[in-house]
Amino acid sequence: GSTTQKNLVQSVTDALDTILSTDSSAVVFGEDIKFGGVFRCTVGLAEKYGNERVFNTPLSEQGIVGFGIGLAAAGATAIAEMQFADYVFPAFDQLVNEAAKYRYRSGSMFDCGQLTVRMPCGAVGHGALYHSQSPEAYFAHTPGLKVVVPRSPIQTKGLLLASIRDPNPVLFMEPKILYRQAVEDVPVGDYEIPLSRAEVLKEGADLTLLAWGNQVHVLREVGQMAEKELGLSCELIDLRTIYPWDRETICESVSKTGRLLVSHEAPFTGGFAAEIAAFVQSECFLNLEAPVERVCGWDTPFPHIHEPFYVPNKYRCFDAIKKLASY
Amino acid sequence: LTMLRLCRFSFRKTRAWAFSPTRLLSSSGEPSGHEQSLYPGSKSRFSADIAQCRPLTSDGDGGVSLYRVMDRLGQLLNPEQDLNLSEETLLKMHKTMMLLNTADKILYDAQRQGRISFYMTSFGEEATHIGSASALNSNDLVYAQYREAGVLLWRGYTLDEMMNQCYGNHLDPAKGRQMPVHYGSKELNYHTISSPLATQMPQAPGAAYALKRAQAGACVICYFGDGAASEGDAHAAMNFAATLDCPVIFFCRNNGYAISTPTEDQYRGDGIVARGPGYGIDSVRVDGNDVLAVYDVVRAAREICVKMNKPVLIEAMTYRVGHHSTSDDSSAYRSIDEVSYWDREDHPISRFAHYLKQRGFWDEKKRSEE
Repeated sequence: GSTTQKNLVQSVTDALDTILSTDSSAVVFGEDIKFGGVFRCTVGLAEKYGNERVFNTPLSEQGIVGFGIGLAAAGATAIAEMQFADYVFPAFDQLVNEAAKYRYRSGSMFDCGQLTVRMPCGAVGHGALYHSQSPEAYFAHTPGLKVVVPRSPIQTKGLLLASIRDPNPVLFMEPKILYRQAVEDVPVGDYEIPLSRAEVLKEGADLTLLAWGNQVHVLREVGQMAEKELGLSCELIDLRTIYPWDRETICESVSKTGRLLVSHEAPFTGGFAAEIAAFVQSECFLNLEAPVERVCGWDTPFPHIHEPFYVPNKYRCFDAIKKLASY
Repeated sequence: LTMLRLCRFSFRKTRAWAFSPTRLLSSSGEPSGHEQSLYPGSKSRFSADIAQCRPLTSDGDGGVSLYRVMDRLGQLLNPEQDLNLSEETLLKMHKTMMLLNTADKILYDAQRQGRISFYMTSFGEEATHIGSASALNSNDLVYAQYREAGVLLWRGYTLDEMMNQCYGNHLDPAKGRQMPVHYGSKELNYHTISSPLATQMPQAPGAAYALKRAQAGACVICYFGDGAASEGDAHAAMNFAATLDCPVIFFCRNNGYAISTPTEDQYRGDGIVARGPGYGIDSVRVDGNDVLAVYDVVRAAREICVKMNKPVLIEAMTYRVGHHSTSDDSSAYRSIDEVSYWDREDHPISRFAHYLKQRGFWDEKKRSEE
């Protein structure tokens, strides 16, 4: 169908606009939402749909998520925003103890499946400790929640629409560095990209490279380096949904290639790559030619001036590929 | 500065936000410097008298009064007062309070006998449940904490349903997933209880907002205790309810204790009612052991909520006669005399029985029939 050029921010706005126009119960809310949002994701929506549907809340993440749970439990589509993923933690109790367990604890009498919580995440060049975090691992440890991370504008619109419509509470983490940098020809119409399905972006025979969000683009470049300089054919996969994750696609790929590199900005210990590595070594043990490599943020808070050394850059990833290939 | 770089915000001249300082300035004749402030956060008047610039604190005056309809002996303070409650309703109120009290005794003992794992009683607080529940409509949503089983009983929850949940048997619609007393009923619009305290509080205004948008003509009631009121969720809830115009009644059961923690260790201000005005919320304190007074304030609160789409805060003063739960022995932190006083001299059920007897609706014959 027809497409228009949009960046990631505009894809978010587009998805929200689509929901607001087709679902009369839908409301969008959070800090600074009304004027358009600090990243401009909600520009024009309050004017178009009114202040009752697109509105500011007081500055309280626990309030925003709690309020959103109540809205959803009462039958409204509730799309909440955390201004930065780094600030989601006051809402941790509401997300983990309430949203995730609402359906289970009531025997399905009640649920808050109509809740979606969006938040900008990830390194941006100068964000330091509190404007750079990737908290997906904390929530991937919580049955009852879903966690989704898009890599591009086309993916964002489709995954966000799917997340909002998914009958479970979903955390949608948008890599902020891509907000303006990433521009694509995004389909104009309403479309969804399925959750819990990874995407193989490039097929390969020798190695599997797995990431999500902006790191997919880093690994794409690393794969090209590996092909050019080492003659290796790399399979590149975007996980897309962190939890529940697509075990089948990953294990199929690793069983084929025998070598896996997982990379994320979040710290190494207890990061989501650890879960993937544990599962893969259990399921694909006899197919593995080398231990699973994880290239991640270091086990420290996210620094400011040292960011280039902190993030899993292409050189560190390339080194890991050399290690995998020569094991 | 980081924030500005991230969002590349630039001042736009495309909107004209109205700003007329002359509207706010006082007319001539006012002492200079005492005009109305233009600060966005407060448009009060300036004053050189610092005493004028301090909100009232609660030292010395004994605090906000408690609204009551009848005294400890069931006599109306205002004999002319008529709450328009039929004999049928009054008797249902009394019977439901007694049913709750009796079920509590049996289920408490069931835990002691090892039949169920855990239980929490509502001894002494029956009027807070029944007084409030009787003033609501059946389609008003209930977000409770854990000591509001009487609200469910009023709405028709059966003893079987109570026990199915406590025993966690195959008849429990929640499939035995939660500890006892974590009731829920879709049919009775009572959201399933969760153990973390005050988490229901910001959810209640959210649900109320949805009801408002759906023009359901219904409100939400949110119960919580004096301890839970200290949680951050309580603060967030009230602020959201006020700023977002939510038809929600915040009903605090101030029973004097949060497990062993007495109210003097829980707060230093005048209880929970005094916090309401801080949020811009209409608030009232009521004698929680007076079932008619509780009924009266909740009925009035409901009308404010539904007609004006604003929240109301009710603080019902009461006393927790029982232990916190079957895992608690309250003789470790309070005197048996204190408990005995409330159980014998100022119990909501006996108080109401006196009232009913004086009205001729209740006597010993009826009591033995039940």
